[in-house]
Amino acid sequence: MKHKGKFRADEKGYYGPYGGAYIPEMLYPNVKELEDKYESIIDSEAFRKEFSETLRDYVGRPTPLYLAKRLSDHYGTNIYLKREDLNHTGAHKINNTVGQIILARHLGKKRIIAETGAGQHGVATATVCALAGLKCIVYMGALDVERQAPNVRKMEMLGAELRPVHSGNKTLKDATNEAIRDWINNPVDTHYIIGSVVGPHPYPTMVARFQSVISEEMKVQLSEKTGREFPDYIIACVGGGSNAAGAYYHFLDNEAVKLISVEAAGKGLDSGMSAATSTLGTDGIIHGSKTLLMQDEDGQITEPYSISAGLDYPGVGPLHAWLGKSGRSEVINITDDEALKAAYLLTRMEGIIPAMETAHALAALEKQSFAREDVVVVNLSGRGDKDMDAYSNNLRNDISNE
Amino acid sequence: MNRIDALFNRKKGDILSLYMTAGFPELDDTVRIISLLESAGVDMIEIGMPFSDPLADGPVIQESSQRSLENGMSLKLLFEQLKDIRKSVEIPLILMGYLNPVMQYGIEKFVSDCKEIGIDGLIIPDLPLHEFRVDYKSLFDKNGIHMIMLITPQTTQERILEIAELSGGFLYVVADSSTTGVKSGIAEAQLSYFKMIKEMEIKVPRMIGFGISDAETFQTACSYANGAIIGSAFIKSLSGIKDSGLETVIHRFVHSIRSTN
Repeated sequence: MKHKGKFRADEKGYYGPYGGAYIPEMLYPNVKELEDKYESIIDSEAFRKEFSETLRDYVGRPTPLYLAKRLSDHYGTNIYLKREDLNHTGAHKINNTVGQIILARHLGKKRIIAETGAGQHGVATATVCALAGLKCIVYMGALDVERQAPNVRKMEMLGAELRPVHSGNKTLKDATNEAIRDWINNPVDTHYIIGSVVGPHPYPTMVARFQSVISEEMKVQLSEKTGREFPDYIIACVGGGSNAAGAYYHFLDNEAVKLISVEAAGKGLDSGMSAATSTLGTDGIIHGSKTLLMQDEDGQITEPYSISAGLDYPGVGPLHAWLGKSGRSEVINITDDEALKAAYLLTRMEGIIPAMETAHALAALEKQSFAREDVVVVNLSGRGDKDMDAYSNNLRNDISNE
Repeated sequence: MNRIDALFNRKKGDILSLYMTAGFPELDDTVRIISLLESAGVDMIEIGMPFSDPLADGPVIQESSQRSLENGMSLKLLFEQLKDIRKSVEIPLILMGYLNPVMQYGIEKFVSDCKEIGIDGLIIPDLPLHEFRVDYKSLFDKNGIHMIMLITPQTTQERILEIAELSGGFLYVVADSSTTGVKSGIAEAQLSYFKMIKEMEIKVPRMIGFGISDAETFQTACSYANGAIIGSAFIKSLSGIKDSGLETVIHRFVHSIRSTN
């Protein structure tokens, strides 16, 4: 069902001034086919049934909404964690890849391509390709291939062909370019499963819809647990912004819900090493979308930095650019060190090791003051297995709050 | 009169356009290569404005862009280099590049600098049709600069007509569904696509590009269009060539394309 409202894309895919489809003509037929067909497919009875059954029986949804009691006491409020870390493959990413693989089959596509940074989206894509028996090619920056060995091995075991990307900076941005180039060179039989609410229209809207299951469940769970179907705050980390888009989706038009988007400040906003796109970025075009991005004064896109490989994307989804610009969301920047502290705090208080990306969202709790009766939902977007090396290296950090 | 229009009025076929990346192989080679291409008998030149993320380009042009950026190239510097180009060069010059650097430069200033220097046309592959029509077209028209648009084998007939209507100077017929320099040669299926376009009797001239790399493919393309564009093959021939070698390499390359044996 199509949603209308101030924060929904118009028919050209614009959220306010952001979005659109800034693509070369070579890509137009692919994107146009998707745009023309995706809504009628994903609104069909058959699709909805298969999507929800797969999410339930294969992914393990609904994910719990957990009242974190010790953490709540610590901050003097009511903190609920939406446990996307408990999904199959360990993060929210699979909500989108399940939706897109069913869509690809309905479109008659035989070959799947994807980009990946840390490898989470690559693993989620390789997983659904194995499930659907479709050929899977994952583009990954050559530097990331070296840094993310466990996910590389998982993708290979799942039967995906991993193509290291040596162009540009050899990271996520370049892997995305290469996936788009593959799509240009294979316009007929291939579907591109993009991993976030980025890229040309209709991707940002479509991916947000697949992720919207997060806030759909939250509504039901909140009313069971709190007697009210909306919270006072939702806190989520934003790289491209897919987990935040999913957590916000059904609350976008309810301005009683404060949306807090957390971006990676890396080594500090002034350090020249951050991924704080909404704060430091300027308007431009990246990967087919008009949005905020990190660039130099000549319009060359620069390489962001964050300890979290899932947050160091130089752009941000056009929805988030618009939410920030219009004042609907508040953007908070969290440094590497603050995120590490927050990860340890959650682990020691609740026995949950969060993904490094998610740790940024948790760190925002420190920066906000809440009333005792407030209901605060943190979207716990992923688990920390993949980050154990980074955590172990920083194990000596004290947890002064305990 | 715009030099692109004058060219197509004067010459109906076998038009050779070469693509070069500004600031490549060396930062200060831009003007020298333009002059050498003109003296070698090229009809038109596309000057690539390097971008960090060239989506529509294959490895050869990507690498030349990256090299050019490492050399220190920017739009500001390019306009500086081209400041006096019309004192010596007469053939049509087209700037080709991606929208983001142009946006940051400021579209109005960009167009007015192009006009002042004597740039005749622009190719910006990631500027969508709708946005061009609504936000940009009148600005380009007012300054007499052509926006050249692309069609591909996947473009529907209806859309070809729509694009041809908006495309200034000529229509860029992309020979294959690919990024630049990835596929070479011309397959049977492409010939029927070229023939279909030819028979549509589009008013604006047509140039075929992508996959054109030698005399044979150039000749084939020319039998279906007013001429053809060569990019990656030329860039490849330049790589590693130092100042003194440029003249020989460029003359030899253009001669090899023009030779009919």
